Amino acid sequence: MDERDDDLSALIKAKATRHVAPSQLRARIDARIAELGSARAGEIDGTAASIPPMLAWRRWTNMGAAFVVGVVASFVVTLALRGAGEEDRLAQAVLDSHVRSLMGAHLVDVESTDKHTVKPWFSGKLDYAPPVKDLASEGIPLAGGRLDYLGQRPVAALVYRLNQHTINVFVWPATGDSPRDPVFAVRQGFNVAHWSADGMQFWAVSDVNAGELRNVVRLLALRDKP
Amino acid sequence: MDFRTQQFEALVLPHLDAAYNLARWLLKDDDGARDAVQDAYLRAFRFFDHLRGEEARPWLLAIVRNTCYSLLGKRRQVGEQVEFDEERDSEFAVRPAEDSAGDPATYLLRKIEKARIDEAIERLPSVYREVIVLRELEELAYEEIAQVANVPVGTVMSRLSRARAMLRARLDPPDGKG
Repeated sequence: MDERDDDLSALIKAKATRHVAPSQLRARIDARIAELGSARAGEIDGTAASIPPMLAWRRWTNMGAAFVVGVVASFVVTLALRGAGEEDRLAQAVLDSHVRSLMGAHLVDVESTDKHTVKPWFSGKLDYAPPVKDLASEGIPLAGGRLDYLGQRPVAALVYRLNQHTINVFVWPATGDSPRDPVFAVRQGFNVAHWSADGMQFWAVSDVNAGELRNVVRLLALRDKP
Repeated sequence: MDFRTQQFEALVLPHLDAAYNLARWLLKDDDGARDAVQDAYLRAFRFFDHLRGEEARPWLLAIVRNTCYSLLGKRRQVGEQVEFDEERDSEFAVRPAEDSAGDPATYLLRKIEKARIDEAIERLPSVYREVIVLRELEELAYEEIAQVANVPVGTVMSRLSRARAMLRARLDPPDGKG
């Protein structure tokens, strides 16, 4: 990739439209999947008599295979959890929380674009005061805050918007293991960043592209310095 | 909810925006993209057991892509292949005087620049358009794009460089720098 490609690439990333799925579509797909899922579950429960022998046989093989896959998967997960470091487990927890916040209706507990509303909301709910930054002037308005539970402790989740994308920023006191400089990773297609400053650790997760997340992290970390 | 459905919701549902973005760029209209994405998700749910150890995102996007291409094929057969370019052109051909009332000039310039780039991508033939969308907007690795488009990695790279050359020719030096 030569320099001209880099320029073009940056131009497209910054300017081309990334179409966002309409929320009704999300709801419709959710509903259809739930419907199909429960229909499937019902199918496996009974009505074996009405299934042609070949299909019944296949179904049992499938169930057998599914069982084996399930057992292997849980074994692998157990191994992975045991082998994985704290960092990895936290990254997964952070990502899970991000995904959950997008799936349900529960994205924010306190809905406000004003940091002077969001910050005080956490006092009395947490034994620390998470720094809340206003990035509205950078085109990244605050959407609100949420109390979450991660790594066996309640944590602050700050929700920012970038275009139509949601960015969750989780904040809680840093430990000895927290990296000072931002560490970036991609998990299940999401961009994740972890860093610490002023005794707090920060995790940012979003489906914005890596460059945009880097910029958000830079802005959040930048303003941390007095 | 059963385990399989939960797994699906956790692994595949989060990539809805990526799926929609690809479908919208391939089909060039909202309704078509909505239908294609819904179809693709139902198909993905049916074939979810085939997803073993692979990454969910390229796997899903491959299904979305196939759904879109079969839709495009049908449209072409029926002869109702709608040409959206003109409509879009006229929509974008807003004269500053009409649109800028009260708006800062920079905002308008930015909007025009955005429209110009969108349009240049939209005019690419679909095999080139999809590699640009997957690479630049979804930031997939070459191997993942190869998986989505069902072609060798070498083909992905040559399509990308061809697509970039076409875009560059169309955008004709993006004034100054990028």
